[in-house]
Amino acid sequence: MLSSLFRILALVRKELQAMMKDPRGRAVLFIPPALQCLVFGYVATFDLNHVPYAVLDRDRSGASSELLAAFDGSGVFRRVENLAGAADVARAIDERRALVVIEIDQDFERKLMAAEPADIQVIADARNSNTAGVAMNYVAEVVNAFNSQWRGSHGEPAPPIQVSTRAWYNANLETRWSIVPSLIGTLTIAEILLLTAMSIAREKEQGTFDQLLVTPFRPAEIMAGKAIPSLLVGLSQSTVILLVAQLWFRIPFAGSFATLYLGITLFLLAAAGTGLLISAVVTTMQQALLATFLTVMPFTLLSGLLTPVSSMPDALQKFSLVNPLRYMIDIAQRVYLEGAGPDSLSADLWPLAITAGATLSIGALAFRNRIA
Amino acid sequence: MTPESDRRTAGAARIWALVKKEGRQILRDPSSIAVGMILPVLLILLFGYGLSLDVKDVPVAIVLEDTSPDATELASAFQLSPSFQARLITSMRQAESLLLARKVDAIIRIPADFSRQTRIGGAAVQILVPGTDANRARIIEGYAQGGVAQWTARRLAAGEAMAVGPVTVEDRLWFNEANESRYFLVPGLIVLIMTLIGALLTALVVAREWERGTLEALFVTPVRPDEILLSKIIPYFGLGVVGLTLCLLSARFLFDVPFRGSLWIVTGASLLYLIVALGLGLLISSAVKAQFVAGLITVLVAFLPALMLSGFIFDLRSLPTAVRLLTYLFPARYYVALLQTALMAGDIWPDILPNAAMLAACAIVLLGLTRASTKKQLA
Repeated sequence: MLSSLFRILALVRKELQAMMKDPRGRAVLFIPPALQCLVFGYVATFDLNHVPYAVLDRDRSGASSELLAAFDGSGVFRRVENLAGAADVARAIDERRALVVIEIDQDFERKLMAAEPADIQVIADARNSNTAGVAMNYVAEVVNAFNSQWRGSHGEPAPPIQVSTRAWYNANLETRWSIVPSLIGTLTIAEILLLTAMSIAREKEQGTFDQLLVTPFRPAEIMAGKAIPSLLVGLSQSTVILLVAQLWFRIPFAGSFATLYLGITLFLLAAAGTGLLISAVVTTMQQALLATFLTVMPFTLLSGLLTPVSSMPDALQKFSLVNPLRYMIDIAQRVYLEGAGPDSLSADLWPLAITAGATLSIGALAFRNRIA
Repeated sequence: MTPESDRRTAGAARIWALVKKEGRQILRDPSSIAVGMILPVLLILLFGYGLSLDVKDVPVAIVLEDTSPDATELASAFQLSPSFQARLITSMRQAESLLLARKVDAIIRIPADFSRQTRIGGAAVQILVPGTDANRARIIEGYAQGGVAQWTARRLAAGEAMAVGPVTVEDRLWFNEANESRYFLVPGLIVLIMTLIGALLTALVVAREWERGTLEALFVTPVRPDEILLSKIIPYFGLGVVGLTLCLLSARFLFDVPFRGSLWIVTGASLLYLIVALGLGLLISSAVKAQFVAGLITVLVAFLPALMLSGFIFDLRSLPTAVRLLTYLFPARYYVALLQTALMAGDIWPDILPNAAMLAACAIVLLGLTRASTKKQLA
């Protein structure tokens, strides 16, 4: 038992030395996660803080300029152009100078004063329909605020229904708060899969894997010797990302680090196990790299990071049941924002534990079969 | 035959021989074929159907505290909506525990005085969402507000006297009237796939030749550095064209992406980007000369920027200035803009020309740098 432990430790040491030997490889392991977390923390948000807009104001009245002042004062909308005619609208949108064009009709003020509904036309560039949708929501917010102010100052009754929304855990619905914690899993999974798959593929390509098999190491020990270094690298990468999230972005952390690290450890074991499975089916480093890519792409894009899992077709939702990243993202977001403990996360933790157990043992079996 | 033309035919013969060798290698290695042909089809099917920001069947709890016809009518509007899978709950406490257990994703609360308040104005409908996944929460919130607005509009149309907002917004989404997120996600996927074929595959192939020493063996032959480069570019360009054709065909016929601009612009922009991606892959591999590091660097400087910094999903206008300037360094940004315009908007030259010019500049710089770093000397 003890000697087995020593053998594993020796293998782990050898793996870590092989990994850290190349200074470029060393840099590639730790600097990118920190940089990516910084850059993506800023990029990965669906909130807009700069909406360039153009105006076609046919009314040029006190009321229309009051409405436009509400847009200009919103802090989000920046007026880039006052358009002269309908022909300019297409130009402003087509050439991407404005994301939104607001058209105000000639009788805008007259209708408002007569307490008739006054329409404004809002045109958005929906080449990215998600951005357009968000911008439209902002337009509605500004107009709603204008409406209630107008009603108040002109003695008109309140609208029949007011919708008030409240969001738990993230009152302003800041997407950054959701996305930065999910980067812990997203940024580590590719490197962990790659490290594990490549370290075995390299030994296969160079012929040292067969040498390893004739040593007294048992298959399970070889497996542990390959999985543990990946786990260690993954834990340190996650810590780097966690530090950026805490110290730079200052995302509120409601939960406990113990729960988060429990989740991370299970996730990394599942990822390392998947890497071992890949390495069992490939023979060269190039194949390992491509196979890793073919695995990581679906894992990342279908993880719920960019688009909600529940918007996917049923078949793909079923596929995402074996996707460790999906669970990790849920764990990170819920520990961070909800302060969820291990009990309420059991629906995420168990699948990770099962994936880790299954992939690691199949990986070890695959090693044994090579001896036979 | 002049000696000049003689030399030229010899050069062409050398390139042809190398291209043939490279082509055979591609055909023999199943993983290259996988990246060139299976990957594009797989990705575009998987993500074209899988990635969607459109919400449907959101499980919501409707807390109906008012039993008046008005309130039940609003509740049934939610129940009939394809966006929601609504269940009626009578107490807020029960709904909150459903939300905590993630049995529902939102609570819509219709308060006890709803019916009375609608007459005099100011009835409050409450929407409660968990902000853990803020993006999804915001989408759900928008749909719920839309549901209420539709109900109000129907009541108005039925001739009911109701106070409406003094200013109403009539919105139009140009280029994507149906608000299909697939229309902008599919062009983005094409960018990702072209990046993978162009950069990742070439980076690995050339790095492998360095690792195995076969490139050094090539140096002792009469072949010139230019000819080596061309012989690497031509076969993978061919593979990329196959991938591109598959992508465009499925965008057009599977996902009904509109193709409002001319096919020539789409093709021209894609081929230009393919050259840029190939140049990037070649440059990386000749700079690091090791498969593992080349692979990682390709992911970092080609794939991830194409995903995150290209405007594929995230809006680039809202970035802090420093990060926005950074996005200009990555060619994917220009290709995304070109594809979005050419596929969804049309031949808008003031938008197409600058982006195409930037792509061409990237191609020249990358190929120039690659040419400079491929010398017949040992590392």
